[in-house]
Parts: sequence; C-alpha cells; structure tokens
Amino acid sequence: MIEIKDLHKSYHMGSNTLHVLKGINFNVKEGELVSIMGSSGSGKSTLLNILGMLDEADTGDYTLDGFAIKNLNEKIAANYRNKFLGFIFQSFNLINYKSALDNVAMPLYYQGMKRKERVEKAAHYLEKVGLADWSHHLPNEMSGGQKQRVAIARALASEPKVLLADEPTGALDTKTSYEVMDLIQGINEEGKTILIVTHEPDIAQMTKRIVNLKDGLIINDTKVEQVRAISNV
Amino acid sequence: MFSKDRWDEILEALSANKFRTLLTAFGVFWGITILVLLLALTNGLRNGVTADFGNFATNSMFMWTQQTSISYKGLPKGRFFNYKLGDVEALKAEIPELKYVSPRLQLGGYSGDNNVTRGMKTGAFQVNGDYPEFIKQQPMDITSGRFISYSDIHAKRKTCVIGVDVVKGLYDKEEDPLGTYIKISGVNFMVVGTFKASNSQGDQEEDANTIFVPFTSFGQAFNSGDNVGWMAITGHDGKSITDLKPKIFEIIKARHKIHPDDNRAIGNFDLSEAFGRVNGLFSILGFVGYFVGALVLMSGIIGISNIMLIVVKERTKEIGVRRALGATPWTIKSQILQESLILTISSGMVGISFAAGVIWLMNYILDHSGPVDNFANPSVGMSVVFTALFILVVSGLLAGLIPANSATKMKPVDALRID
Ligand SMILES: Nc1ncnc2c1ncn2[C@@H]1O[C@H](COP(=O)(O)OP(=O)(O)OP(=O)(O)O)[C@@H](O)[C@H]1O
Ligand SMILES: [Mg+2]
Repeated sequence: MIEIKDLHKSYHMGSNTLHVLKGINFNVKEGELVSIMGSSGSGKSTLLNILGMLDEADTGDYTLDGFAIKNLNEKIAANYRNKFLGFIFQSFNLINYKSALDNVAMPLYYQGMKRKERVEKAAHYLEKVGLADWSHHLPNEMSGGQKQRVAIARALASEPKVLLADEPTGALDTKTSYEVMDLIQGINEEGKTILIVTHEPDIAQMTKRIVNLKDGLIINDTKVEQVRAISNV
Repeated sequence: MFSKDRWDEILEALSANKFRTLLTAFGVFWGITILVLLLALTNGLRNGVTADFGNFATNSMFMWTQQTSISYKGLPKGRFFNYKLGDVEALKAEIPELKYVSPRLQLGGYSGDNNVTRGMKTGAFQVNGDYPEFIKQQPMDITSGRFISYSDIHAKRKTCVIGVDVVKGLYDKEEDPLGTYIKISGVNFMVVGTFKASNSQGDQEEDANTIFVPFTSFGQAFNSGDNVGWMAITGHDGKSITDLKPKIFEIIKARHKIHPDDNRAIGNFDLSEAFGRVNGLFSILGFVGYFVGALVLMSGIIGISNIMLIVVKERTKEIGVRRALGATPWTIKSQILQESLILTISSGMVGISFAAGVIWLMNYILDHSGPVDNFANPSVGMSVVFTALFILVVSGLLAGLIPANSATKMKPVDALRID
C-alpha cells in the first residue's frame, strides 16, 4: 500500500539546515496497523505529514496504492488526500462552528456528494463510533474522547485507503485513550491500513508493528503481539 | 457557481461571528448609503435649480434695447432706440430656423405703484402686451377662460388674462372674474381668462402677479405705436439659439443703423446658454457625488478586505484542516471571494434600501411642508442603482482577492501547525 525509498527531508531556517529525515525506507502492506515511535524531534510527524501529502519530501520515492506521489500540484494533492487518506490529529481539529454530523460530512462535501447522501453516510459513521445521539452537538459540547471519535468518523467517511493518526491519544486520559484504540483496532480489523504516531509504549503495543525512529533513521522495525485495548478498559 | 451547499457553507462561516460580520458590513452599508444620498441630493439641487427656469422653452433668448456705444453713419453714440414690429416680421422672414419671435410691451412691476383698479380695489401688477404664441414659449395653466388670441390681436380687443394673485387682489372670494372689467392705467380691459404658473417652483410669485393683454391693444391703449419693448425668441428643435444669435443681431443692427461691432446696444439673455451652464455645473456635481461616494465606499471595502484578512488568518488552521480533508486551493479561494462578495452585496443592498428610505422621507417632508428654494424631488434613477451594484460586485471581489490568496499561500502542514 505504501512504499517509501530513501526519503530525505530538511528544514531551512536562515543559514541553518536541519536534516530531519535522512533516508527512510519502509513499506506498509494493506491491512497493517503500524505505530511509529521515537523521541521528541526524531521526525515522526514530519514523516507522517509527507505520507499525508501535507508536506513534500526533498528527495526519495513515495508510492501510495500504486500512484507515484511526486511533484503533485495542490489540486491533485487535495484530490488524492480526499480519496486515499483520512487524518486523525492529536488536537482533533474539528471545525467548531459545525455540528458533529457536519464535521463528519466535510470530506464528502469536497467529494461533491449530494447533501442527502452525505448526511446519511455521515450519520452511519457517527453511529459506528457510538455517537449517533450526538450528531447535532457542537464540538465544544463534547468531551475529548467524543471529539476524537467524531474525528475518526470524519476520517472514515470518505472511505480512504489509509488512516494517518498523529498522536491520536496524546490529549486523552488513559481510559479514553484505550477506548479510542479499541475503536481503531476494530476499524483495522475491517481491513483498513492504519499508521499511528505515538510515544506511548502501551499504545504502540496495541498495534501490530512498531517502527522506531531515531535521528531521522529507522533503527528498529518489529512485528509485535497485539494487546487488545478492550482488555485494559 | 452557487449551490445550496455553498450557501450554507458561506452563511455558516459568516454567522460564526455575527458581531464582527455586522461591523464589517456597516462600512460598505455606510459607503453606499452616502454614495446614493449624494447623487440624490445632487439631483434634488438640479431639479430645484432647473425648475427656476420655469417651463420656459430652453432653446430661447430674450432681447431688449440698450444705448448704442459706437457712433455710426452720422448717428452719435449713446443713442436710444426701439425695436419695431417690423423687426419681428424681418426676423421671422429672414431666419426660418426661428420657431417663435414674440414681441412684448411691458408696464409696471409688482414692486411698482398701483396701476390697476377695480371698483374700490387697487393693486400693483406687471402688465405684459403679448402675442398668443407666448404661452407656447412659457407654458402656463389656464385655470378658467382662455389665453389671448389672434382675433384679439387683429381687432385690438381690450381683453386680458390675469394671474391668481391678481384675482386675489381685485376680487372677493366667490366672485367669477370672467367677463368683468379691470382698469389698467385708466383703460378698461375685460377679463377673458385666468392662469397660474404650471411649475410650482421659482418665480411663481411674479408670474401670479402678471396680467397679459393683446400686444396690439397694449400699443393702442398706452400709445406705444409699433414699438416693441423686448422679444422672446425661440429656435426650432435642434437649431441652437446660441448659434442663431449672431444672425439675429446682424439683422437688428442693420435695421437700426447700429455699428456692426457695437455689442452693447442690444441687451440679451440666452436661456439655452444659461441652462447649459447650469446643466454642466450639475454634471460636475454629479461627478463629485460619484467621486466622494466612491471614496467613502472604498474605505468600507478596505474595511471588508481587512477583516477578511484577519478572519483568514484566524481560520488558518481551519483552512489547513479543510485542505487535509480534500479542499482544493480554488475551493478555499472561491469560498472566501464569495463570502466577501455576499458581505459587500448584502450590506450594499441594505445601504441602497436605507438610502431609498431616506430619499422617500425627504420627498415626503418636501411634499408636506411646501417647496424649498433650489431643491426639489431628490431621487436617483435605476441606472444609478445598477452602477452602485456593479461597483459593489467589483469591490466585493477586490476586497476578497488579497485574503483569498493569502489563505492558500501556506502549505497545509504549516497551516495545521498553527494554533
Ligand atoms: N516547519 C518546520 N520548520 C523548521 N523545523 C521544523 C519544522 N517542522 C519540524 N521541524 C523540526 O524538525 C524536527 C522533527 O520534527 P517533528 O515534528 O517531525 O518531530 P516529532 O518526532 O513529531 O516530535 P514530537 O514527538 O515532539 O511530535 C524537530 O527538530 C522540529 O523542530
Ligand atoms: Mg510530532
């Protein structure tokens, strides 16, 4: 599903250059649930953003579901993001003047789907994350866990090939984190490919594979015995 | 371009911060209100001032005699002379472009001595000896009876047509003036008609104080022979009286042995020239109205642009999220353009309606408290409204352009990083 070869990325600040990714090679097959770990500043988010086409690598190859992702203009990148990818952020990034339902329906709006269909579909995914009764609430009327569920429903709504989550549990307490991880495990079981950036080992243990980053290189890439989140709740 | 979804999306964004949206809208509202009001006031002034010209055919001039200023053919300078009825015939015959040449004799004036009596009542009125076509040069409403006619002229009948104030001055309330006699400087004239000025503005007082008698009867009654006091000359449509003037002067000068270069001997007032000057003045005023209004409007637009810029900045993260979810840069840009367009147009419409209300109120007050000098019927035409709308659309787009561009300048990843 994802193939990365010799990926480099540097940031330039004035005369200083910060080489963040120094040649990443890694593949993700369909249906995998991968966590990316590493200390703060190791380049996890940078890598995930490049995978999400929110940012561009300096050199290297990136293929997503057979499409070469290189020198895309913003319009095509936007379409690919809409079709192939779903994002889950640490700070949820819901639009605060839109109801939960409308938030979930947003990617469908950008697909040009008709309102009626959109609402039906969004309602279906809200129900899937257990928030059917909350569809008309605004984000600030919900708890952090609920907001992240809405964000997950939004990421699923466009039926993407890959979910990218940057510290999805970073703003949640342990119990809520596990509930969210349970939801993510469920979604993975249905066949969705999921990448999670985290620096919490217990969260990483709930994925099927841990990739360890250090100073811009992968130092470790191991399959793990998946811990069921539900058993910790 | 506009689907219901877009509408919802835009209205939602605009109503997310109602107070700020309102404040922003106020700038454009105010600008367009001032623009429309300025133009309406200009129109009111124009209507008021041009009404002072009465309904007088504007392609007209008036001509009277003054002293000669150059000696010529053995005649000294400083000589007085009189127009004759023959001059009128000569002008009519030699310049076919002239529509009317009306000679007039005049007596008294409303500030002069009492010159008209009826029984015990007396009054000081302006008495004009005129030809029937004068009413075509200066239309007036005949309220009863008729105006003087050519049979009056030929028979030198002592008839007269009197203004409303003359009626008030010489008659009791329930009296019918038609068929009665009044004594003008000792000579009896029969009243055959009454009139009032047909415009409600300007010199109405003077008009109402006037008595018209047939030109020939006037000459006979007051021994002016075939002298003519002054002439009101109107050109045919499309033949400018200003252009015909030199030819008229040439004929008159030749007939009265006036030096061709003597420009002082003939006094004249060119109504069409004066009218043109006034019109020109108001075209300039109208332009100034547009200019000032547009400037005020511009500050409103800069306000919108400014606020949109702040809004875009505040919504940087939201825009980043939308782009992560698949919004193309153009979708974002067009949404911001449309937000600014809707904001400008709707606040502009409210401004236009508000200005229309104010104009209506002004007209209402003018109608109820009577006319004001040099001001009448302030109004704007549809063309002004459309121009204003056009300005609004263009300015809405301009206002949105800079914010829209800045909204998509940032990479999505950077936009998302902002808190
Ligand atoms: N836009 C940027 N400009 C300059 N430097 C940047 C930029 N984004 C990231 N960096 C730097 O690149 C390095 C890697 O950042 P990144 O966000 O990928 O780290 P991370 O592994 O996600 O860390 P954390 O666990 O704290 O989220 C850091 O040193 C960071 O300061
Ligand atoms: Mg990070």
